[in-house]
Order: sequence, then C-alpha cells, then structure tokens
Amino acid sequence: MIPNEAKKRLIQVVGAENYDDTKTGRLVYSYDATPQFQSLPDAVIAPRTTQEVAEIAKICNEYRIPIVPRGSGTNLCAGTCPVEGGIVLLFNHMNRILEIDEENLTATVQPGVVTLDLAKAVEEKGLFYPPDPGSMKISTIGGNISENSGGLRGLKYGVTRDYVLGLEVVLANGDVIRTGGKLAKDVAGYDLTRLFVGSEGTLGIVTEATLKLIPMPETKQTMLALYQDLEAAARSVSKIIANKIIPATLEFLDQPTLEVVEDFARIGLPTNVKAVLLIEQDGPKEVVERDMKKMADICRAEQAVSVQLARSEEEAEALRTARRAALSALARLKPTTILEDATVPRSEIAKMVKAINEIAEKYQVKICTFGHAGDGNLHPTCPTDARNREEMEQVERAFEEIFAKAIELGGTITGEHGVGVMKAPYLEWKLGPAGIAAMKAVKQALDPNNIMNPGKVFAKSTRKRVVVTR
Amino acid sequence: MTTKIERALIQKAFQERMDEDELMNCMRCGFCLPSCPTYIESGRQEAQSPRGRIALMKAVVDGLIEPDEEVERALHLCLGCRACEPVCPSGVRYGHLLEEARDIIAQHKKMPLPVRLIRKLVFAGLFPHQERMRKATALLGWYQRSGLRTLARKTGLLRLLPASFRQMERVLPDVPTAKEMKNRPHRFNPDDAVKKRVAFFAGCLMDTMFMVTNDATLRLLQLAGCEVIIPPSQGCCGALHGHGGEKEMAKELAKRNIAAFEQLDVDYIVTNAGGCGAFLLEYEHLLKDDPEWRGRAAAFAAKVKDISEVLVELGFHQRPLRVAPQTVTYQDSCHLRNVMKTAAAPRRLLRAIDGVEFREMKDADRCCGSAGIYNLVEPEMSMQILDYKMEMAKQTKATTIVTANPGCLLQMKLGIERAGLSGSVRAVHIVDLLLEAAEGAQAAQGEERIWQTS
Repeated sequence: MIPNEAKKRLIQVVGAENYDDTKTGRLVYSYDATPQFQSLPDAVIAPRTTQEVAEIAKICNEYRIPIVPRGSGTNLCAGTCPVEGGIVLLFNHMNRILEIDEENLTATVQPGVVTLDLAKAVEEKGLFYPPDPGSMKISTIGGNISENSGGLRGLKYGVTRDYVLGLEVVLANGDVIRTGGKLAKDVAGYDLTRLFVGSEGTLGIVTEATLKLIPMPETKQTMLALYQDLEAAARSVSKIIANKIIPATLEFLDQPTLEVVEDFARIGLPTNVKAVLLIEQDGPKEVVERDMKKMADICRAEQAVSVQLARSEEEAEALRTARRAALSALARLKPTTILEDATVPRSEIAKMVKAINEIAEKYQVKICTFGHAGDGNLHPTCPTDARNREEMEQVERAFEEIFAKAIELGGTITGEHGVGVMKAPYLEWKLGPAGIAAMKAVKQALDPNNIMNPGKVFAKSTRKRVVVTR
Repeated sequence: MTTKIERALIQKAFQERMDEDELMNCMRCGFCLPSCPTYIESGRQEAQSPRGRIALMKAVVDGLIEPDEEVERALHLCLGCRACEPVCPSGVRYGHLLEEARDIIAQHKKMPLPVRLIRKLVFAGLFPHQERMRKATALLGWYQRSGLRTLARKTGLLRLLPASFRQMERVLPDVPTAKEMKNRPHRFNPDDAVKKRVAFFAGCLMDTMFMVTNDATLRLLQLAGCEVIIPPSQGCCGALHGHGGEKEMAKELAKRNIAAFEQLDVDYIVTNAGGCGAFLLEYEHLLKDDPEWRGRAAAFAAKVKDISEVLVELGFHQRPLRVAPQTVTYQDSCHLRNVMKTAAAPRRLLRAIDGVEFREMKDADRCCGSAGIYNLVEPEMSMQILDYKMEMAKQTKATTIVTANPGCLLQMKLGIERAGLSGSVRAVHIVDLLLEAAEGAQAAQGEERIWQTS
C-alpha cells in the first residue's frame, strides 16, 4: 500500500493523469511475457522527465516503496512483474530519439524508444544498430539495456551491452549520475555503464542512453540448411565456428518448432525435416559470397539434405520474422509455454542438443528446441498446462537437469533472458556463494533500502542442486 | 453504473462462459501491441491493448478483479478490428473472446432507459426487417430530396444533434427511392457464357442506403460470367448484433440466412462488405453449440467469398479497364483483411485499371475508426484514429480513396470533410470504381454503353 501522503506527493510530481491506482490500471501491469507470474502493483506512474524520475525515487526511498521500471513487458524472466507491489514506472512519455550523431556514430535516446524504431531511424542514415531481440518490434531500449537483451545477430555483433556507451541513471536515493559518453576510450573509474546494463532495474533507473552505431553492412545473404539429424545440425554449427567463419546469424529450429512457425507464418518452411539452420552473413559482397559458399559446403559435409539460398530480401525477411515468432508460435500447442535459455560454449552445442533430448525422454515431457545456436544459446521450450500439477513438476525437474548440464559443460543458466524471479533460485549454481555475496554487496551499496525492483536476481532460497549422472 | 449484484452476475457468467483455453492461449508476448490502433493512439496504454484486454477478461474469470466500470470501459474502447489476430503467433482468437465478453456485459447490465429503447429499436425493430430498412431509407430519401435537408442545414436545426451524428448526416449518400429499392429481379444471367453460379448476399444497409453499389456488384458479376441468384428471404447478417452484445439475436439472423442460401446450388456466396462477409464466415463459431445448425453453418461459411476474390478468380483484371488518370489508394476493410484474409485481390484489381496510379498508403491495414457504430459511440477515439488515417492518405496524394465496406466508406467521406479535402478527393467503394473502369474501357472502344444491354 502506498501511504496517502506519499500518493499526494507523487501526484504533485507527475500530475494526476500520470498516476493510476485503479484496479484495472494496476491489473494490466501485473504481468510480463513470463508464464505463471502475476502480482498487482499499488500504482502505475508515467513520469515525463529525468527530474520527475528522481523526485519519484526520493519519495519512494523515504517511504520504502518498491519501484519496478517497465518497458513493454516482453521479458521472459518475470523481471518486470511487481512481486512485492509498489509502483510500476512507465516510459511512455520518455520515448524520443534525442540525437543521431553521424560524426561520432552514436545515438542518444530516452528509455521508452521502441527498438525497431531506433533501428529504422539510424538505417535511414546508413547506420546500423545491431542488437535485435526477438521482440524488437515491441520492446524498448530501456528494457533492452536493463535486461542486456541479445538477439539473432549476437554471434557476430554482440549483444546490447556491446552498444551502450553511456547512461544517465537515477539512483535509489534520487541522485542522477551519468556514466561513460560518446567515447571510444574511457577508463575514468569503475565501468558503471557495464554494471547497470543487465542489472534488471535492481540498481537504478535508466533515463537516457548513448548507444554505439556502426556503418551498415553493404550486402547480406540468407540461407536455410535442412537436416534429418538434429545432432548433425548442431555439429555443423561448431564446425562453422571452428573454420573461423563468424556468420551474422546462425539459428537452429527443430521439427516441432518448424511446424508451429509454419502454421503461423505460412511461408513454405520445410516441416518434413528434423532440423534447420538459418544462416546469414553480411559485409562486402565478395566476403559474403565466399563465406556462404564455405558454410554451405560444411553443412553438406555434415549431411545437410539440402542447402537453399533465399532468392530475395523479402524471402530472407520472411524467414527472420518467422524465426522471431518461434516462441509465441509454440504457444499454439498447449495453454502454458515454459521456455528456457541455457547457454553453453559454442563447441559444446551438439552435446547440449543431445542432452536436452535425453532429458526430455527421461522425464517424459515434450521439449521443442530453437535458438541462437551460433552463440551456444538454446531455447528448449516445453508446451504444457499449468493446471496439470503432476506434469508441471516433471517439467521443472527436466529444466533443472538442463541447467545443471549446461553448467557442467561450462555454460550458464541464462544467456539473454535474465534472472528476474524465474531463475533466481538457480543463480547460485552458476555463481557460487561468494559470487552471490559480491553481487549482494553491490546491491546493498547502491540500494540500501531495497526499493529497486526487489525480489529479482537474488532468491530467498536456492534450489538444491541436482546432480547430473551422465 | 453497475451495481454490486450486476457485477457479481457478470463475473459468474464470465466464469461459466468465457473460453478458458483461449484465454490461456495468450502467452502475453506482446506481439499484438504494435498492430492495435487504440494502444497506439492512447499513447501505449496497456489497458487499451489486446494483451491488456485479455488479461482483464482472464482476471475477471480468475476472480482477481471485479468487472467494474474500468474493465467495461477498456472492453468498449476496443474497435474490434481484429488486427491483433493475424499477427498473433499463438493464434489467439481475440475477436471471439471480445464478442463473448461484450455479450455477457450487455445481457447482465441494466442500461439507462433511453439506451435500452434505442438498442431495442435498432437491433430488434429495424435491422432484422428489410422492408422496414427500406422504409427508413425512403424516409431518409424524402429528407434529402424534399428540401428538408437544405432547410435543416440552413436553419442550424442539426446543431441539436451531437457532433458525431451531425458529421455523419453530411456524408450519407443520396439514397434510392422506395420504388427503386423494391423492383430488383432475383436472378441475373451473365453477358456471355456461364462460368460460375453464385448467390449474392445483399446485406441490409448495402441493399438500401448503398443500393447503387449493390447494383454495380451485380453488374460486375454478370460481366465476369456469373449467373447470380439473390434469394429474397435473406436479411441482415447480424454483425452489428454480434459485436454489440446481442448474440442471441445474431444467431436467429444467422439461421435465417443459412436457410435462405443452403438449398441453392451455387459455387459461391458473394459479399461486397467486409464487415458482413467476415460475420457470415464466422456463423460456424456463432452456432458452435447448436448441433442442428453447426454443420449447416460450416457448409454455408465455406462458400462465402468477397467480390474482389471472385473477380480475380474469373480473370476480371485481365479485361480492359480504364478511368481518367488519377492517383488511387486503398484503405483495407479490417474484417475483410483480418478475418476474410482478403488483401491482395482488391489491390490487384485496382492496379489493373488503365489510368490508375496506385499508391499504397502507410498503415493501410490499420482501422479507420469506423468499426460498425464505434464512430457514433466513441467519437473521440474514432476521430483521433481517422485524423491519423487522413494524414497517411494525404501523403499518397491520392485523389481517390477506395474501400470495400460501407462503414469504412462513410468514415473516409467523413475524413475527407474533416481534412478539408472535399472537392479534390473522393471516396468510393471498389466495385463502383471497377464498374466505372469497365464502362470507361467500353466507351473508349466505341461500344454502346453496357447498361443498355442488361
């Protein structure tokens, strides 16, 4: 509950029209794209300026009211679900591209800018903002930064982190700090920019960001490699990397995923093969052609039954769009769709694919797999029904074993979706107690009253670690 | 206001009637958000998005919230354009959820007396009865022709009406006389050999206020080689009822139409209004709980096709078509596009006309804000959406805006008025332009006007 006095002061800051504590207003910000998490905030506030955000933080800090910053609510770790109530902070009014600096190749934006809008705006100037999370048409830059979102181009171009040069951040006590800037080099003190990127709103509120842009690649080609053997597809991925080729995109989709995606997109995807790789390369024409040919040869040598080049940009775009819809399309199968994000070193991808299938078999659950194979980042997804308790327990056990296997292979519990609430119980598996303690020390120093997105990242208790006996 | 008892009844009905699997099928990914006109126009308010509305419906079912005024408001502000459906990777049938929710609210809520009277008059008294539709239209014709309209406009009498009605009065087409409406034959033969046998779904408003467009449709079908049957016992499709919370009445109308058409041995049931066509297509869903009618509805729906699809199938775009040189743009009818999945055929036909420079308008697939009677009941949001639409239309520099549904057509005319473009820009139904083009080509070939041969 927000004390009356605090409410009055908050309204003074943002105006009554930007403060909503009706039941409906709260309900529609009680969730994000993560299944099985829902919790009502006490109010929803839409500030218009950094100054207003700072005032809000001060008031909330004084009254110990949790603050949950939220973009478009597309995250997959319950990162914006207000599990401890408090206020949800919206950036609908702070959604402008402030500057595209063509001399320094940077863009300065407010957090509410939609990722695709930024990508299009810089493209008009011949520039390129590579991070392209699956939900880029909907997600905001603020959300991308807080979750350190990945995407289909991560393999060659890196993730959101690699494009954030500077930030304006409002701290829990209302202080406004600026980190980094339009600088190619900057070692003045701790790298706070990197600290805030991916901090899931638990350390501060991003109110402005300066992003790195690069020149638009000259050309791009797209192809599909078809396989009748899952592991052969996964082996091709490792082989391509081992042959010192870094494609722009190297995505993996298994048969059940292909079927649902085709059911939605109807673009003639092959549904009679066990797996496909979606491969893209960009850059100068000669390099692209050479790499595509080499990769096609590698795929064929690894028993690809067919390798097809997209005939036009429309066809290529249709393939990318279809791939981005994979997760939501899987929701066609069953009422509940549980998706994971285990990531392993690229060399281990074939082992991980094999392990996922064996684990699915062991627990008698259906697991569909797609993902950024070139990054070692897979999305094993389980279509199930939250109303079926017994099956849900099996699903949970299966995923625990997948996490354990990923860590055993030198991987991590989450590659790009974040910890949030969903993976908090498993964080210690990856970091160990000392790692958790170090992170908690940072949190404690910046947010002593634990008002910044509480309940995320750190779990009240850690899951007992399962032992993988394989 | 909803009373506490009403809220409890609505909640109970939600729990009993809402399709829980369909609600759960929404995995809240948000892929629908950018396609939703009210989400965009409201400055990205989640409560004005499909994801938000589904969450509200589910929360009412789950007992998390009561169906209070705010919930109702969110559901009522939805245009029902269903642009969220084709973009939904999970395939959630949002339109069905919305229809059910609105029906529950309408059936359990005691509305103010004037609203109840108007609803009864329109839904039960007028639309289901074609002869009354004709009389009402004739009355409108008398108003338009007798000099009363001139008088009403001059004296400022119209100012007594709310602004949205006043604007609508200005853009209503000049309607046919009672005699013209009554004397149409029930069967037409094609000009040349019979390629297809089709039945024509005439519609209630289309066959009165927009009869000229219906006549043009029949003419096009004849030119394209169709034998056309117009069963006289058909009537209103029931879309307004279905979308407006009068589902039972909609079912009765559906049965009447199914019975009127099912005995005919035809290849297609042709429609020329996206809103009606889409509702006919969904008769199967409407009657899904009625074992006697479900199968019959499916057989009926399987034959429903928009005029533009039929014309393309019969190669109409390959015949000579010509109009005076002009720039043309096309505004999709939401239900034609999102439910009937017809988007390419109308564009193909327009591009085939000599003299037409076709320019695609940005966001042509976004609702124009007409949405049945939405522009009358939610004028503010409707006009906001329309003004954006006109901006996009202006950017194409089109002098002709083409639509494929009567509601959209009126809304476009209204938009042209509001944008101060009357005189330089016109809005037409696609079949009217196509007939103009067919006649234009014939005139150019020096043949006698085709009206005389029919």
